[in-house]
Amino acid sequence: MKYVDYERPTNLKAALEILQNNGETTKILAGGTDILTKLRIRREQPDLLLDSKEIPELNELSYNPDSGLTVGGAVPFYKLYAHADVIKYYQSIVDSTKIIGGIPIQGRATLGGNLCNAAPSADAIPTLIVLGATATIHSLNDSREVPISEFCTGPGSTILNTNEIVVSINIPSPKQNSGAHYMRFIPRNEMDIAVVGVGTSVELSDDGSKFKDAQVSLASVAPTPLHVTSITDYLSGKEINDENIEKAGELAKDATKPISDMRGTAEYRQHLCTVLTKRSLKQSIERAKEN
Amino acid sequence: MSKKTHVQTTINGEAVEFLCEPRQSLLECLRDIVGLTGTKEGCNDGNCGACTVILDGRTVTSCLVLGVEVDGKELTTIEGIADGEKLHPIQDAFLENAALQCGICTPGFIIATKALLDHNPDPSEYEIRWWLANNLCRCTGYDKIVRAVQDSAERIKAGG
Amino acid sequence: MTSIKDPKKYNVIGTRPVRPDGTDKVTGRALYGADFEITGLLHGKILRSPHPHARIKSINFDEALKIDGVLAVVTSEDLPDNPDGISSIAYGRGNILAKDKVLYVGHAIAGVAAIDPHTAEEALEAIKVEYEILSPSLSVEEAMDDSSEIIHENAFMKEFGEMTTTNNNIDEHFQHKMGNVSKGFEEADLVVEGKYSTVMVHQGYIEPHAATALWKADGTITVWNSTQGSFPDRDEMSDILDVPISKIKVVPLEIGGGFGGKIPIYQEPVAALLSKKTGKPVKILMSRKEVFESTGPTPGGYTWVKVGVKNNGKITAMQAELAFEAGAFPGSPVGMGSQCVFAAYNCDNQLVDGYDVIVNKPKTAAYRAPGSPNAAFATEQVIDEISKKLNIDPIELRLLNAVKEGDRRVDGPKFPVIGLTEVLEAMKNSPQYKKSLDGPNKGRGIAVGYWFNVGLQSSCSITVNSDGTISLVEGSTDIGGSRASIAMQAAETLGISYEDVNPTVADTDLVGYTAVTGGSRTTFATGYAAHLAADEVKSKMIKRAAKIWGISVDSVNYEKGQFSSKSDPMLNMTFKELAKELEGSGGSIAGTGSINPKKVGGSFAGSIADIEYDPETGKVEILDFTSIQDAGKAIHPSYVEGQMQGGSVQGIGWALNEEYFYDKQGVMNNSTLLDYRMPTSLDLPKINTIIVEVPDPSHPYGVRGVGEANIVPPTPAIANAIRQATGVRFNFLPINPAAIVKNTNGK
Repeated sequence: MKYVDYERPTNLKAALEILQNNGETTKILAGGTDILTKLRIRREQPDLLLDSKEIPELNELSYNPDSGLTVGGAVPFYKLYAHADVIKYYQSIVDSTKIIGGIPIQGRATLGGNLCNAAPSADAIPTLIVLGATATIHSLNDSREVPISEFCTGPGSTILNTNEIVVSINIPSPKQNSGAHYMRFIPRNEMDIAVVGVGTSVELSDDGSKFKDAQVSLASVAPTPLHVTSITDYLSGKEINDENIEKAGELAKDATKPISDMRGTAEYRQHLCTVLTKRSLKQSIERAKEN
Repeated sequence: MSKKTHVQTTINGEAVEFLCEPRQSLLECLRDIVGLTGTKEGCNDGNCGACTVILDGRTVTSCLVLGVEVDGKELTTIEGIADGEKLHPIQDAFLENAALQCGICTPGFIIATKALLDHNPDPSEYEIRWWLANNLCRCTGYDKIVRAVQDSAERIKAGG
Repeated sequence: MTSIKDPKKYNVIGTRPVRPDGTDKVTGRALYGADFEITGLLHGKILRSPHPHARIKSINFDEALKIDGVLAVVTSEDLPDNPDGISSIAYGRGNILAKDKVLYVGHAIAGVAAIDPHTAEEALEAIKVEYEILSPSLSVEEAMDDSSEIIHENAFMKEFGEMTTTNNNIDEHFQHKMGNVSKGFEEADLVVEGKYSTVMVHQGYIEPHAATALWKADGTITVWNSTQGSFPDRDEMSDILDVPISKIKVVPLEIGGGFGGKIPIYQEPVAALLSKKTGKPVKILMSRKEVFESTGPTPGGYTWVKVGVKNNGKITAMQAELAFEAGAFPGSPVGMGSQCVFAAYNCDNQLVDGYDVIVNKPKTAAYRAPGSPNAAFATEQVIDEISKKLNIDPIELRLLNAVKEGDRRVDGPKFPVIGLTEVLEAMKNSPQYKKSLDGPNKGRGIAVGYWFNVGLQSSCSITVNSDGTISLVEGSTDIGGSRASIAMQAAETLGISYEDVNPTVADTDLVGYTAVTGGSRTTFATGYAAHLAADEVKSKMIKRAAKIWGISVDSVNYEKGQFSSKSDPMLNMTFKELAKELEGSGGSIAGTGSINPKKVGGSFAGSIADIEYDPETGKVEILDFTSIQDAGKAIHPSYVEGQMQGGSVQGIGWALNEEYFYDKQGVMNNSTLLDYRMPTSLDLPKINTIIVEVPDPSHPYGVRGVGEANIVPPTPAIANAIRQATGVRFNFLPINPAAIVKNTNGK
C-alpha cells in the first residue's frame, strides 16, 4: 500500500471541511472491507483516509412509521440486521446484509460503504432500489437527497462529488400489503460475490389477487445495479399468477447487459436472472400476504 | 513523510500502546509491532479468517482493520483465550477432538468459536457452519472442527 | 466409524492421545515460518512477470536502490552460471530468478531487501523491466500444436527413453505396455472410451510460503522456513547456489499445510542472495496472489481412456493417453498419473502413453497423489459408464476386476499385499451405500483410487532421560500430527507410555537424512526409523540390566515395561527404575535408527458421494459422503480419519468449483481466496470415514501411508453421482453450476 495519512473527525462539520479542501485525494473509510483491498492493489491511491465512524450522524439507526428507517453511513451490518424494527419491517435488508461476506466481515462492513463502493454486484443496492430508498448527502455548504436508483453511474462510480459524504440512507416505511425480498446466486454457500442478485418488492391489491406495484432490481448483470422498470410497468394491475411471473422473469433477462467473467458467463447470468426473479417475486408475494 | 500514530488499546485485558503508520493493518501491528504472532495471515483480504480477532465484542478479520482504527478499543486475540496455564474448554475440545492438523487456521477458528458460543451457547450444526464459513481450513475438511465446536458447547454448559 | 481388521492388541497403537505440539497450536504459541524473528532482520519482496511469455531485454533497478531503506537488489545475474540452459539445475535456477525469458505470469525476476515490507514494496514499484512479448501456450492442446511458440528453445523431446532432435513444447513422451491391447479390444463385447480434461488447481494451504535466510561472512547459510522437507531443501539450496551442503543448515519451523506444494523451494535462495549482499538476515513472505501465481499448482491437461470388457464385466483391454501441463519447466506428474491410471484393475493387456507438456504457466508441483486424481477422473467414469451399459453394480464390477497381490501394474511392478478388495467390500457394506437415495434430482456415485506411497530415507535418534522418559529426535516436519504417530510407534516398541515420549522435529544438523513429509511416507518410514531406534535402545537397556544384575544378556526378559531375570524372580525393575541407574552403571543410553525402505505397500481408497442438484441453477449440494481407505494399521485413528476427510474435501472442491481461470492474455484472474473457491464449512456435511486395515508386511506395525490416496476417488465419485442425477456425464472439471445448466438445458 502506498503511504496514506489518516484522520478521524468526531463531528460532521470537521469531516466536511476536510472533504471541501482535500476531497480529490481523500477516500472515506467506514468498514474498510472494500476500500482497503483496493488500496492494497493500488486501484485507489488516496493521500488521506477519512475515518467516518465517529461522526454521530453517520451512526444513527432509527425507525419511525412516518419517516421510515434511517441508517447512518457508518452503521455496520451486524447492528443493522439485529435491530428489532429492521427485522420486523425490512426483512429484505436482513436478506441482503446477512450474506455479504462472513460474520467477521459483517462486524465491519456498512450499508453506506456497500452503496458508495458501487460494485455492480453489490448485494444491498438492489434491495435499496426496490424499497425506494434515498441517500442523504452533505457537503460543507449544501445537502441533497438522491434516489438510490440514480446513485451508481458505473462500476465503482457514483454521483457523489469529492466534497460530499453520504450521511444516511433512508428507506420509506413499508406500505400495507407489501413484501420485499433479496436473493443471489453464488457457487458456494457463502463468501462469494453474487453471480446474479435480485431484489424484489411487491404491493398487493387489498384482496391479494393482483399486483398493485412491483419493483425488481438486479445485481451483476450490467455496469450498475439495474432497476427493471419494464417489470413494474408490466405487472401493475395484473393478476398474481405463474404466467405473469414467468413474463416478469423474461423481462428481467431482456433488461440485462451482462458480461462473461470469472464469476459467470453472460448466458448463464441471463438464465439466472429469469430463475431468480421468479423465485424472489414469489417470496415477496408470500411476505406481502403475511403482512 | 512517514508519520507514525500513537495507538492506545487494550489487548487481552492489558493496556498496550504502539506506534504505527496508518497503512499498517491491525494484523501487521499485532504480529510485527506488539509481538503477538498467534494471529495469522492467510490472504490479507478478508477471505480466509486466519487473522480473526475479537474487536469490541465482535469478530473481525484483522487484515481489514487498520492499527490506527483500534485506538481506545478492546481486543481479544488467541493469546488471551487461555486463563494463564489453564486452557479454555474450546481449546481442550479442539485438542481432544483432533480438530487441527497443521494448526495454522486454528487460532482463527478458536476465536470465531468463542464469539459464536458467547452469542449463541447452543448452536445447531447449520448455525455452527454458517458462523464459521469465513474461516477456511484446508487440512481437516471441517468435520472434526464442527464436532469440536459441538463438544465445546457441551463443555461450557457443563461448567467446563 | 472404523472397521479394524487386525486382531493384534497394542498398548499405544490404535489409541487417540493428544498431540505433543497441540497446546502450542491452540494457544498461538507455535512458531510458523512467518513468525520467525531475529536481530537485524530485513524484509524482502520479489518482482514478478506480468507477461506469460516474453524475452527480458533489460532490468533497471537504479531508482529502487535510491529509495531510503532499500538495501539490495538481486537478479539471475547473482546466481551461479549455468553450463548449459537445459539441465535440471539450470531449470531450477531459472524458476528461482528468470534468466533471459519470463515463462509465466508471476515468474520471479528480481528480489529486493529493505528495512520493512512496505519499503520493499515501494522498491518493486521502482524497478523497470523491458520486455519483448512472445505468444504464450496456455493449454496442452495449444502447446502441442506445431504453430505454438517454442518455450525452451534449446531443449529436445525425450521419447521412449531416448533423446530426439525434435525441438517442441513436449519435454517427454513415454509409454508403458503390457500384453496386446489390439487383441484385447477384439475380444471385448463392449468398448467404452472418453477424453477427460481437467484444469490447473492449487493445493490451497492456508499458510503462504515463508522463509528467512542468513548468509554469514564465514560462508555458511542458515534457512528458517515452513517446509515439507528440510533435507531436500538443503540439497536444492546447494544445487541452486552451488554451495556444499555442509555449509547449509535448514531449520524447519511449524508448517501451515503443504500437500506437496511446499516441497520445492521458491524464495529461499533469493533471501539467501539478498542476505549475502546485505550481511543481514532477510525474511521473504509470499502474498496469497504469489502463492497462486508463483508456486507449484497441479496440472490441467487430459486423460483419454479406452476400456474393453466382456458382457460379464471382465476387462479385456485398457488403453490410455495422458498429457499433463508441466508448466514452464519440465516435470509434471504425468509419469505417476500413468502408473496409477489403471492401477486398480487386473488386466493383462494395457497400453499407456504419457506426454509431459511445457506451457506458459507456473511450474507444477506435487498435489496429494500427484497425477492420480487427474487419471482416475477418466478411468472411474469410463468404468461407471460400463457398469451402466452392462447393468452391473459399480462395486461388483470393480470387485470382479480388482487387483490383488501378485497382479502386475502396467509400468512393471507386481503388487505386494494390498487391500483393494477389502476396501470395495467395506464400501458395499457401508451405511451410506446400504441406504437408499430417493427423490428427484439426486444421484449417487462411487469410485476408487490408488497411491503407491513411497519409502525414502528417514532417521531418528532416541535418548533415555534419567526420569525414564525418552527424547525422540526426528527430521520429519509435522503437518498433520506425525510427531504423535511416530512417538506412538517408539512408545509401543519400547513398551513405555506415549506420555513418556518427548518428540522433537530437528534441523539438518541434528538428525540423519530424512526425506520429505509427503508421498504418504512419514508415519511409515519415520515411524519405522523410530521403531529401529527404539529397538536399539531396548537392546542396550537389556544389556545394561544384565550388567547391573551380573547375569547374561540372554537371561534378561523385557516385557510390558518391566526388566526381569528369567532365572531369578527377585530381579526386576521398571524402565523408569533402570533409567535412574544409567548414570551410575556406565552412562546414558541412546539409540538411532535409519532406513530407506525398498518395499512399501500402496493404499487404495474409495469414495461414495450422494448429491442433489438444482436443475434451474445447476447448484450441487453434497448430501452425504463416505471415505474408505486401507491404512494397513491406523496408528492414531483420529489422524488417519483427518487425512481421509481432508483429502475428500479437497477432492470435492476440485470437482465442483476450483480452477485457475485464465484470460486470453494468460493472466490468472482469480488469484484470491474469494474467487478461487475452496469449500467452506457451510458447503459440506460431515465426512464419514471407514478405515480398512490390511497390514503391510514390510512395516513392523503394518502401517500404510494414508495421506494421499483419499484425494483420488472424490472427483470421479461426484462426477458419477452427477451423471446419475442429471443423465449427463461431464468429461471436464470443474463441474460448476454454469456447466451443469449449460449441459442439462437448465430444466
